[in-house]
Amino acid sequence: MIRINIEKKLKAYSGQEWLKIAQEFANGSITKVYGPSGAGKTTFLKIIAGLITPEKGVITVDDITWLNTSLTQNLSPQKRMTGFVFQNYALFPNMTVQQHLEYASNDAQWIQYLLIIGKLETLADHKPEHLSGGQQQRLAILRAIAIKPKLLLMDEPFSALDQKMKSVLIKELKLLFDELKMTVLIVTHNPQELDGLTSLELSIPGN
Amino acid sequence: MPLVLPPSVLGFYLLVAFSPQHGVGKWLLNTFNIQFVFSFQGLVLASVIYSMPFMIGPIKSALQQLPQSLAQASYTLGKSEQETFIRVLLPNIKPSLLTAIVLTFAHTLGEFGVVLMIGGNIPNVTRVASIAVYDSVENMDYGAANIYSLILFCITFVMVIAVFIFNKTHAKSPLE
Repeated sequence: MIRINIEKKLKAYSGQEWLKIAQEFANGSITKVYGPSGAGKTTFLKIIAGLITPEKGVITVDDITWLNTSLTQNLSPQKRMTGFVFQNYALFPNMTVQQHLEYASNDAQWIQYLLIIGKLETLADHKPEHLSGGQQQRLAILRAIAIKPKLLLMDEPFSALDQKMKSVLIKELKLLFDELKMTVLIVTHNPQELDGLTSLELSIPGN
Repeated sequence: MPLVLPPSVLGFYLLVAFSPQHGVGKWLLNTFNIQFVFSFQGLVLASVIYSMPFMIGPIKSALQQLPQSLAQASYTLGKSEQETFIRVLLPNIKPSLLTAIVLTFAHTLGEFGVVLMIGGNIPNVTRVASIAVYDSVENMDYGAANIYSLILFCITFVMVIAVFIFNKTHAKSPLE
């Protein structure tokens, strides 16, 4: 069980706004997080990953406290080890597809398996600049999953994929999520997207 | 500070600071038997201090230009700040790193004021090429001055061209 109760000041065009979220996520659940641009969806994910610290808040994961601002507890992103798929992919320009996965995991068999489900096995020694947008996005997803995280945070992870590739990949990912018992939060700006993959919804309304 | 300070002023202060008669210079001489004044070691130390900003400036701005998410992605994979720096950030600023190294080297090669102050132009010990040029001209030995100058000119010319070619062929912004 993941319990989150946070308050974070956001800088918005119209001045300051507060992002307030109090929510619980059951282990193994897949939640779609949606809301308008600027509502704080990405900020919310980064707060969970430990990349942004909120003004006030508590995050507990299976009774381990990741964050408690009143006790000044704050686990580093390295210790939280959430799988994070960045909206801009954040691929490393100096590494090939294979090296990206090796950077995240030492398990050669697991890496091979990931390459196959991402359909990147023939591109293993290509660097990101030689990949298409869709291929880059798949690599970003695979790299995040490579560490076998308990909690996977995905920021608009399917935006650059065509419909066919998207549905094939989602099917494969759903199997993986079940197998690894991952709790998943997927940010999207389009509530209709991801129907069938997610079981829960969290709306961040924005102001 | 070394960037805006006149070289001779920096050299003078270093000369005073490392003077073996008192303070730091005396302590260094007594405990480690190192004398920085009028020695080659001192010349190297002074050049490092003087040229440091030329190295740090470009590297810092190159690091700042990398998207923040690169380091963040590495952290979420469980990698420490040091490992992230060595395996992700540094390799992606290679062109800036090379440019900084070469330009700093070229800058140090031509250094005059600091080196003259702390080194004192002692033949075979602290006389560097740029001072030798000045010395030869002072002694009306234009032939020697010409040779020294030509050597310095060639070295720097080759370095600048090499960096230019490297950056033209290899450098690609990570944002492209």
